[in-house]
Amino acid sequence: MTTSGREPGREPGQSGLLAPAGRAPSRPRRAPDGVPAEADRPGAGETAGIGTSVRRPDGRLKVTGEFAYGSDLWMDGMLWGVTLRSPHPHARIRSVQIGEALATTGVHAVLTSADVPGQNAYGLEHADQPVLAADLVRYAGEPVALVAADHPETARLAASRIMVDYEVLPPVTDPVAALAPDAPALHPGGNLVRHLKIRKGDPEPTADVVVAGSYQIGMQDQAFLGPEAGLAVPDGAGGVELFVSTQWLHVDQRQICAALGLPAERVRLVLAGVGGAFGGREDLSMHVHACLLALHTGKPVKMVYSREESFFGHVHRHPVWIDYEHGASSDGTLVYVTATMHLDGGAYASSTPAVVGNAGTMGAGPYVVPNVRIDAYGVYTNNPPCGAMRGFGSVQAAFGYEAQMDKLAAALGMDPVEFRCKNAMRMGSEGPTGQVLDSPAPVAELLRRVQRMPLPESGSADLRSLPGGVGNTTHGEGIVRGIGYAVGYKNVGFSEGFDDYSTARVRLELTGGEPVVTVHTAAAEVGQGLVTIEQQICRTELGVGTVVVVPKDTSVGSAGSTSASRQTYVTGGAVKAACEAVRERLLARVRERGERELAGLRLADGLVLADGAGPVGAIGEFLDAGPIEETVQWRHRPTQPIDPETGQGFAHVQYAFAAHRAVVDVDTELGLVKVVALDCAQDVGRALNPQAVVGQIQGGSAQGLGLAVMEEIQVRDGLIANPSFTDYLIPTILDVPPMRIDVLEYPDPHAPYGVRGVGEPPTISSGPAVVAAIRAATGRDLARVPVRPEHIAGPA
Amino acid sequence: MEFLRPESLGEALAARAAHPEAVPLAGGTDVMVELNFARRRPAALLDLTRVGELTGWHADGGTVRVGAGVTYAELTGERASGGQTALGRLLPGLAMAARTVGSPQIRNRGTIGGNLGSASPAGDCHPVLLASGASVEAASVRGRRQVPIDDFFTGVKRNALAPDELITAVLVPAPGGPEQFAKIGTRNAMVIAVAAFAIVLDPVRRRVGTGIGSAAPTPVRAVAAERLLAGALAGDGLWESRGPLPEQVVTEFGQAVSAAASPIDDVRGTAGYRKQALAVLASRTLGWAWRDYRAAGQQAGRG
Ligand SMILES: Cc1cc2nc3c(=O)[nH]c(=O)nc-3n(C[C@H](O)[C@H](O)[C@H](O)COP(=O)(O)OP(=O)(O)OC[C@H]3O[C@@H](n4cnc5c(N)ncnc54)[C@H](O)[C@@H]3O)c2cc1C
Repeated sequence: MTTSGREPGREPGQSGLLAPAGRAPSRPRRAPDGVPAEADRPGAGETAGIGTSVRRPDGRLKVTGEFAYGSDLWMDGMLWGVTLRSPHPHARIRSVQIGEALATTGVHAVLTSADVPGQNAYGLEHADQPVLAADLVRYAGEPVALVAADHPETARLAASRIMVDYEVLPPVTDPVAALAPDAPALHPGGNLVRHLKIRKGDPEPTADVVVAGSYQIGMQDQAFLGPEAGLAVPDGAGGVELFVSTQWLHVDQRQICAALGLPAERVRLVLAGVGGAFGGREDLSMHVHACLLALHTGKPVKMVYSREESFFGHVHRHPVWIDYEHGASSDGTLVYVTATMHLDGGAYASSTPAVVGNAGTMGAGPYVVPNVRIDAYGVYTNNPPCGAMRGFGSVQAAFGYEAQMDKLAAALGMDPVEFRCKNAMRMGSEGPTGQVLDSPAPVAELLRRVQRMPLPESGSADLRSLPGGVGNTTHGEGIVRGIGYAVGYKNVGFSEGFDDYSTARVRLELTGGEPVVTVHTAAAEVGQGLVTIEQQICRTELGVGTVVVVPKDTSVGSAGSTSASRQTYVTGGAVKAACEAVRERLLARVRERGERELAGLRLADGLVLADGAGPVGAIGEFLDAGPIEETVQWRHRPTQPIDPETGQGFAHVQYAFAAHRAVVDVDTELGLVKVVALDCAQDVGRALNPQAVVGQIQGGSAQGLGLAVMEEIQVRDGLIANPSFTDYLIPTILDVPPMRIDVLEYPDPHAPYGVRGVGEPPTISSGPAVVAAIRAATGRDLARVPVRPEHIAGPA
Repeated sequence: MEFLRPESLGEALAARAAHPEAVPLAGGTDVMVELNFARRRPAALLDLTRVGELTGWHADGGTVRVGAGVTYAELTGERASGGQTALGRLLPGLAMAARTVGSPQIRNRGTIGGNLGSASPAGDCHPVLLASGASVEAASVRGRRQVPIDDFFTGVKRNALAPDELITAVLVPAPGGPEQFAKIGTRNAMVIAVAAFAIVLDPVRRRVGTGIGSAAPTPVRAVAAERLLAGALAGDGLWESRGPLPEQVVTEFGQAVSAAASPIDDVRGTAGYRKQALAVLASRTLGWAWRDYRAAGQQAGRG
């Protein structure tokens, strides 16, 4: 790590562990790079290894408000960048006049699409999104021009003086209508982003009992608390360094390079402190914009979105319309499922193809169904772009298939849990893609475990425990309790033949006479606790307590995305492999010393141990010869693309499962809901940090609950009607009940330590369980989420 | 932006007169949001937080005078202080409304004067103030006046203050009977009202008061419902007998409250839902208020 006079500063006392590596030149720099001392010395090496709930190094800073997020970045002499966005969902740009804006005192640059030196297009899967709109805007909020000024107010004022002449076009806002042959094509290839087909078994199945239903899932926002932020610093030689809150540094770098027309070595990225991500930081936001302004002005440029702008600055969860039909034999065995799904991808593709892939391939739910016919369509419209969000297609499908399971159970006169268990996938089952589950899939056990948990007491008189809370809307009137169950599943890691790998550099050396491990990956810490996991793995594998996590940047190879519940598996796997390579070299030194024949050499508690003998020596003794460093690229076993006509193939490397039981009190006259209990059982393979696992399950469950009863970006005629936390509601502490959580550990033999991804599954089953409970309380169909008060209390 | 910091009411009123463009600032929970969203860029702010005359409250005969700078936290206060009865006990309806406002942080900063200053149809104090027949005390260098609450809300987020006036206090008739407030939001805390309703029963003056929030361009009373209920209570001798309320009266009252609203569809809810919910809230709060009234009578009888 080098100290550069140009790196951004932080307030004293703030840790750089998850924030940019540097600080203002005037301030002395701690070595090694800003890792809090506390985190380095957990005590005895082995005790803070995997399987323990070691404290996270960033926890204290975050709780005390000292943690430096991307929005806290600062450099003397920096400029502020601001984005001018289209107010129209669909319009042709006739002209952009920047003269008056540029003449504003304090303004250093005003840029339009003509100033993009490289390719004016980016995207995760298709480069279909302009850095700055050139002649057409396809959604309200699309960036059209940029301003850099010495004060953010000045920049905003100047942006308001840019004159854009729009020819407003009628927006295409209905994803089903967008596929009609006569619909206006929003992109050269038409409006279809992907059509996924799954064809398995009998194409014309029949069954004793058939139920059908149409479901609609609203657009959810990631609602991360730290808005998009970054600081671009020109290097004075035509290159740029970008400090940014993101989920995947290298995929950003690739797209930024293409837009700037620069090679990778001229564009260095460093992870800034990330305040949550949930998929919303997988796409670029201000990245290229800040770099363009910095390169243009020769000054550092900071950009931070406001809360309102953030709603326009990242992709959202796809709203989905699904028609399901399920058939079962009279003994309760599933015979077939057919489904047609329309996913509204909005104006640009983002990760729509992969979301469609998940919604489709897992659209039958974690059940054994011999005959499957699924058509999932991802569609372009002029609505806000949609892409990655926790649960990624599986969340939407689960609302539909779990509602269908309850309907079928009712039609068969069966208990909904019994019915699900009877049809549940298990290890050895074949999924709709023909893939055989080759690791534990305890679907029935998860359901039975939540079913057996004790039920909450019936309501107290405290307003805070009643629907409506302190709003004082009921003292018991109209309240009916309901119980609902749901189970869901999702793939872990990137699928369908994607080369999904991570890179880890691990160094073992003496520092001040003590062995110290330094681990360097580019894997984004977004709040999930990967830095802790990296430390734990190093301690376990190398028997050394002090582990320094180097700030995440692009000077080491890609770690892949912090998404798809994959980092503990994939970057964890890479760190483990790098540690093993380091250990091999250390043990080679031990053997070279060759005093005696040593069997079962291993490292623990700072010592080299061997079978049947005392310690061979301290690890430090073998580092006198110099540090040992290894960089390893690690891959999980490959997946395959699925057949475009049948959807058959080994598409997913691993599946993860969770089940929920929700208990709700519903005020049936006012339509208000209090979730009284939301209990979960989840198989995590192996809990590397049990407390972090429980945290993921709590958070994921709350996010699913949010979508079930309140969270929705309301879009009318292509315009977002509620871009604020006043009207985009996320659950508060009075909306989220205490949770019983049962963590199962059935190791996956294919995964490092047997781990199974944890972050997403609880987001998938919690919402459907809540809606099932509301249905049980009200007897209503409730085919749309979020369920709003008027759906419960309004005309049926 | 200029920041004016008067130390007394006299200075504040002089500043208000001299700088009509200055926006008064109390808790700032509305003003700062507007500034942050760049919806408003006033040339000056008039900070009222140092003006002692705006703080505190006292009960004076039949009226409780609540300073404009009294916060929601104070309105919900359960503990007596300085020989005074706790405000939350003096004005239970306002306390119920204050308890529903925002989060603890907002309740610590936000004031009743600011709520009236913003005059939002969703302001949670307003239904209770309408129901209890309060008045707003306004002052300027020209003098003081009392604006009856019925005349205070003049349009969406508009009120009857003259450009040189400040709100100094709210004068609330001390309750002679039960009060209730209920507010609907789509989550269980920290939510702007989808619809709200307040009821005040005054057995001394044989008066029924109501207030509706978030269901019309301004907070409004349900005057026909008040009349209907007052008539039923008087006609059947219920004030005296404290007998059970006929089911039909409760239902009709709810319908009349609902009919007084003129809501719209917006991101928080539909007009139809608001109307239906108001009928439910009105019937329920009337039931609770009447139960309290009957219970109070029994206690008095025993005592
Ligand atoms: C997160 C959040 C949640 C909220 N939740 C609620 C809620 O649940 N219910 C609710 O009703 N409100 C809510 N609000 C709005 C706000 O808190 C209230 O309206 C509050 O009463 C405003 O009071 P304040 O002292 O903060 O006013 P300020 O913001 O200081 O002022 C508000 C307005 O009143 C004017 N003003 C202030 N004092 C005077 C005076 N003495 N004379 C003349 N004009 C004056 C100001 O110029 C301004 O126009 C919320 C706000 C936030 C940010």
